[in-house]
Amino acid sequence: MEKQHGGWVIIMTFCFGFMLVVMPLPKWAVTWRPDWIGMILIYWCIAVPQRVGIASGWLVGIIYDILTDTLLGLHALSFCVLAYIASKLHRRIRIFPWWQQASVVGILVALVHLPEVWILGMLGQPPIGWSFLHPSVTSIVLWRWLFIILRDIRRFYKVN
Amino acid sequence: MMKPLFIRGPSALRLAFFVLASIVLMTTDQMAAPHTNYLKTVRAHLSTLVYPLQYLVDFPVTAGQWLSNAVGTRLQLIVENEQLHEENLRLQAQMQKFIDLQSENQRLRSLLGSSPKTGERVLIAEVLAIDLDPFSRKLLINKGSMHGVFKGQPLIDAQGIMGQVVHVSLFSSSVMLITDPNHELPVQVVDKGLRTIAAGMGAINRLALLYLPNNAPIDVGDLLVTSGFGGIFPPGYPVGVVIEVNPDIAQPYAQVQAIPSATLERNREVLLVWPENLSPPLIDEEIFNDDDTEEQVPTNTTAEEIITPPNIPTEELFPLTPPN
Repeated sequence: MEKQHGGWVIIMTFCFGFMLVVMPLPKWAVTWRPDWIGMILIYWCIAVPQRVGIASGWLVGIIYDILTDTLLGLHALSFCVLAYIASKLHRRIRIFPWWQQASVVGILVALVHLPEVWILGMLGQPPIGWSFLHPSVTSIVLWRWLFIILRDIRRFYKVN
Repeated sequence: MMKPLFIRGPSALRLAFFVLASIVLMTTDQMAAPHTNYLKTVRAHLSTLVYPLQYLVDFPVTAGQWLSNAVGTRLQLIVENEQLHEENLRLQAQMQKFIDLQSENQRLRSLLGSSPKTGERVLIAEVLAIDLDPFSRKLLINKGSMHGVFKGQPLIDAQGIMGQVVHVSLFSSSVMLITDPNHELPVQVVDKGLRTIAAGMGAINRLALLYLPNNAPIDVGDLLVTSGFGGIFPPGYPVGVVIEVNPDIAQPYAQVQAIPSATLERNREVLLVWPENLSPPLIDEEIFNDDDTEEQVPTNTTAEEIITPPNIPTEELFPLTPPN
């Protein structure tokens, strides 16, 4: 088995994703912000499932909670579930055509953020209307480009 | 590039472990008593770790402002300087009057035998251009425990109360605005003495006034100030202006809405306040008995003096005594 390398590349992509997460957007666009971290996590889970998995997803979720000042563990829960499903299905998702891949990503993003809505609802601050589904729509649209960029990065730095 | 053909798939047991860990974390974060909450310390350290990322995101905005200052033309600077000079003169004139009034107020208070109010210490902080959770109204400011910021500290701007600090890390802290759906603060209507609770509604520019009966003497245009009860906010700061009063016979309470005085999500410079002599019972112990700071039914009050029900859920989230 080859020595693993390129761990810092994975960390850098997540750092960049976190910057996109807190990047200020105009008021109308805030709910439409794509789930950058969710998409990056899905990519690494299907590309290098032996390295990025449930534990990484959970850790990323904790950082997400700290960064956006939400209840500690809220996003950790969704991202470890997301990492689990993505690595479970990674062989299938890899051979999908891109549009099918994008819809799977959209569905995954929508599904795993559902528990967040429930938990926020239990705490008495439910999100208004269907706005929690907006990120999955923009994620579907942007998945193709994010996939190409991350694939080129992975090939260039030989992450495995 | 050889990859192992069969890699170990994710195990459900592992997932169950991490899901359980998240649930335990969330429960602790939500339920633990403020003083025994070790998670708070962990959170503060981790926030300090992610501060470089937030700083990097904010950097272009800061750099842009610096650049526009640096390349501002001489004429612009002269005009701005003149405006500031005029404003300074006007403010100084007002200040003279204020000092006079303050000394008069102190004298009157000493005549009444009541303790004089002392001034508050303030610190200017800058709001970082960072979007936090889209479902709550929060800000990130660039002052933290290194500058003496503490949890529950009030935040104001030139026009009024903005919110309070909820999480503190070394170099930054996050602030919950008064419009956040989780935020409630005790207020008083100027001139009428009517006390109520201003709760956030999650909208950018609205506050709901709770527990006002349908015949409460409140009108559109009434100014609201902090009452000082609750022990977080210093008394007498403007909070908002009433814009809508809907007495509804079918409901036990009137639907009253106010618009915040502070420019909540537009200004970049804000003020952190260190309130002094702020411990319950707070102000005017002589006039109001400390019944309702104890959250009991007020017994000896006239009808219009206290119109607040018992068991107000204001301070559920925040401790009554500010941490030292």
